[in-house]
Amino acid sequence: MIKTLDKFSIGESGRVISVSGERKIKRRLYDMGITNGAEIYLRKKAPLGDPLEVTVRSYELSLRGTEAACVTLEVIPNA
Amino acid sequence: MLRFALAGNPNSGKTTLFNSLTGSTAHVGNWPGVTVDKKEGVYKKADKPIAIIDLPGIYSLSPYTPEEVIARNYVLDEKPDCVINIIDATNLERNLYLTTQIMEIDVPVVLALNMMDAVEKRGDKIDEKELERRLGIPVVKISALKSEGVDKLMERAYEASQTARKGRTVIEDTALKHLISDIQIALDGQGVLNPLFHAVKLAELDELEVLMHKEAVNMVEAFKKTHIDDTFGDDFEALVADARYKYITKYFSPALKRKNKDKFVVTPSDKADKILTHKIWGIPIFLAILFAIFHLTFSENFLFLGGLLPENWVSLKGTAFEGVFGVGGINSPGVTLMRLVELLTGTISDLIAGWLSTSPEWVSGLICDGVLGGIFSILGFLPQILVLFMFFSILEDSGYMARIAFILDRALRKFGLSGRAFLPMIMGFGCSVPAMINTRTLADEKEKLATVRVIPFFSCGAKLPILTAISGAIVASFGVGNVDLITYGMYLVGIITALIAVIIMRKTTLNGNPPPFIMELPAYHAPQFRNLMMLLWDKAKHFIEKAFTIILASTIVIWFVSHFDFAWNFLPDDQMQNSILGGIGQLIQPIFTPLGFGSQLTNMGWVFAVAALTGLIAKENVVSTLGTLAACLVGVAVDVELDGGVLAVTKIMEITKIGLPALLAFIAFNMTTIPCFAAVAAAKSEMPDKSKFKWTLVFWISTSFIVSSAIYLIGTFWWTAFICLAVAFIVALFVRAYDKKVQAKGEK
Repeated sequence: MIKTLDKFSIGESGRVISVSGERKIKRRLYDMGITNGAEIYLRKKAPLGDPLEVTVRSYELSLRGTEAACVTLEVIPNA
Repeated sequence: MLRFALAGNPNSGKTTLFNSLTGSTAHVGNWPGVTVDKKEGVYKKADKPIAIIDLPGIYSLSPYTPEEVIARNYVLDEKPDCVINIIDATNLERNLYLTTQIMEIDVPVVLALNMMDAVEKRGDKIDEKELERRLGIPVVKISALKSEGVDKLMERAYEASQTARKGRTVIEDTALKHLISDIQIALDGQGVLNPLFHAVKLAELDELEVLMHKEAVNMVEAFKKTHIDDTFGDDFEALVADARYKYITKYFSPALKRKNKDKFVVTPSDKADKILTHKIWGIPIFLAILFAIFHLTFSENFLFLGGLLPENWVSLKGTAFEGVFGVGGINSPGVTLMRLVELLTGTISDLIAGWLSTSPEWVSGLICDGVLGGIFSILGFLPQILVLFMFFSILEDSGYMARIAFILDRALRKFGLSGRAFLPMIMGFGCSVPAMINTRTLADEKEKLATVRVIPFFSCGAKLPILTAISGAIVASFGVGNVDLITYGMYLVGIITALIAVIIMRKTTLNGNPPPFIMELPAYHAPQFRNLMMLLWDKAKHFIEKAFTIILASTIVIWFVSHFDFAWNFLPDDQMQNSILGGIGQLIQPIFTPLGFGSQLTNMGWVFAVAALTGLIAKENVVSTLGTLAACLVGVAVDVELDGGVLAVTKIMEITKIGLPALLAFIAFNMTTIPCFAAVAAAKSEMPDKSKFKWTLVFWISTSFIVSSAIYLIGTFWWTAFICLAVAFIVALFVRAYDKKVQAKGEK
């Protein structure tokens, strides 16, 4: 199944297919390791529901829902 | 002297390594034109001393943040003899991403593998020989924290610096490789230094490079027409980033031998995070920590033990240390330190006053009240500023600060700010100076500027006496409300003013969306004592320098104008009304008329003008000036210390016949106008752009006039509330229209 990162529920993980959006934001996402093929795990959401905390390339990254919407992933089914 | 630059990701242990290499030789400044810290020090253990330059912590050499541009320009333009790239070994892939960019520059590079102990603790292994072979640059395992491997690192860096190194790229995509090597040859032909680095950045159509090498842009554009990548189309920036990470996972990551193959391992840090950013408990825990910090710094009734202790038990009545550790309750560490400094400075003042007792009155006045009084009143803030700063540095260092931003981002976004802006604002309740320094954690310049400007509205500790003295007098004379209610109300006025001002600024002069929040949440770790002490030492040094320069000069000037009349006759304290300052007060009195403490008070209105003026040195002066003036105008000795100035203000109220709305306006004016000299100096050093600083002063003055006159008008003539609302509505319409126009422009 394919969906954007902001649509993920906690505990789900996926593999990045594409990154879209404003150039500056896109570049920042690339620099932080969100490139095609990278695995992302949605760890939690902040108490007010936004931003999100994900694990990518074995570190913790926080990003807002609007920024997460730029990242499209293929969901990895939970084993 | 050889120069080695330290580069690496934030949280990679760069500061620790820097401190361990340079010891106490470091000095901190700002990079020209920006307020990013510029740290330089000397490594002395080699045959010849080596200069160490600490570059800002960065994830990439992209052109989007000031830190990245600084680091990039330093390595390209200043040509250090070697770049030491420090890597957090627990986080190899993302850290090596920066390495692949530095490697493209024609500069010797050495890789320092830090935090190996944490890697080994997990049972993982990194084969550094293998990594060295694959990267083609020396790799040294170090522990910055324990200063292990650091001398070995410097040896290898020294060796590396002795031979020139040609840049190398890891981009393997064949088509892109062709383009890059074509541009590289063209640039090389023009004699451009570091052709490979520039060629790669040009292929990305990097904003800075495009401006520098216009002709090469045509090559890229032409190439883009013929070559469309299957996955990335013509987005070469994506292609390059992807190529780097691909190479890293393919060739470098295998050097890391994992014991636990699970992708998402639960670390102790994750467990801590479970509680600290908990859905329900996250915010209450944060508020509790915040309360504890303020309590430890400012409370005069530590742990609320006051009522339980026998009288005079802590006050040490009759000894030299009377009141240092508390009067009714125990003083918090912050207050105790402050009292100790006051004891010391008080003793020095008394000693010097003793020596000068035979000299003319103006000499002892100038030295004791003007010079010493000025410096000492500012130094009196230092302990609490440092204690507050220490706690916030611990929060930053431990990794909790990033979580606070994470928790609060949503709430602050409504005001056009990011989660990071919350802490500096809250720190403002303690003292504006550390709060303004803390705005350095804000990456976005406009967000930072807006935050610095509103920090004074979060009423600081020194403004509290103004609030309590005047509200006390109001309750005593008018019999309305209660002191706490008025005090909290005025705090609220400050906060609301700040929030409205931020919204207006972010929609007009400092317009922009909340800066992106793509931020690492670093693993928690214990803060390091040495780093903390060095940081505090820097801040203290900086503050003392300021106190002895600008602030000293300003206090002397204020002392002169308040103790001399226009004929240059010296006046003792109780004749301040005849002084130059008194004259200025009478002169500027009319401008406070809309605020209720100007001309309508006839020949006494200048009292408030003068009090507000002396508040520019330190806000404590406002109440003490009112005390002095009450003493000389009424002829009753008023001890401000005794009752917090309530009696003094009551007396002043009687002779000036000032009304309730005007008094509230006076409080609001002091809360929202130009802050004390120390805070103004801090604001100035956070704004390298002189015109921004001037506009900030204008902003403070105009905000204070708008807020105070609104309070006075509505308080005096209730129906003006409708006029004020109408004006506010029109302003809101204008702001909205402007915002729409800007956004429409932005979309084009």
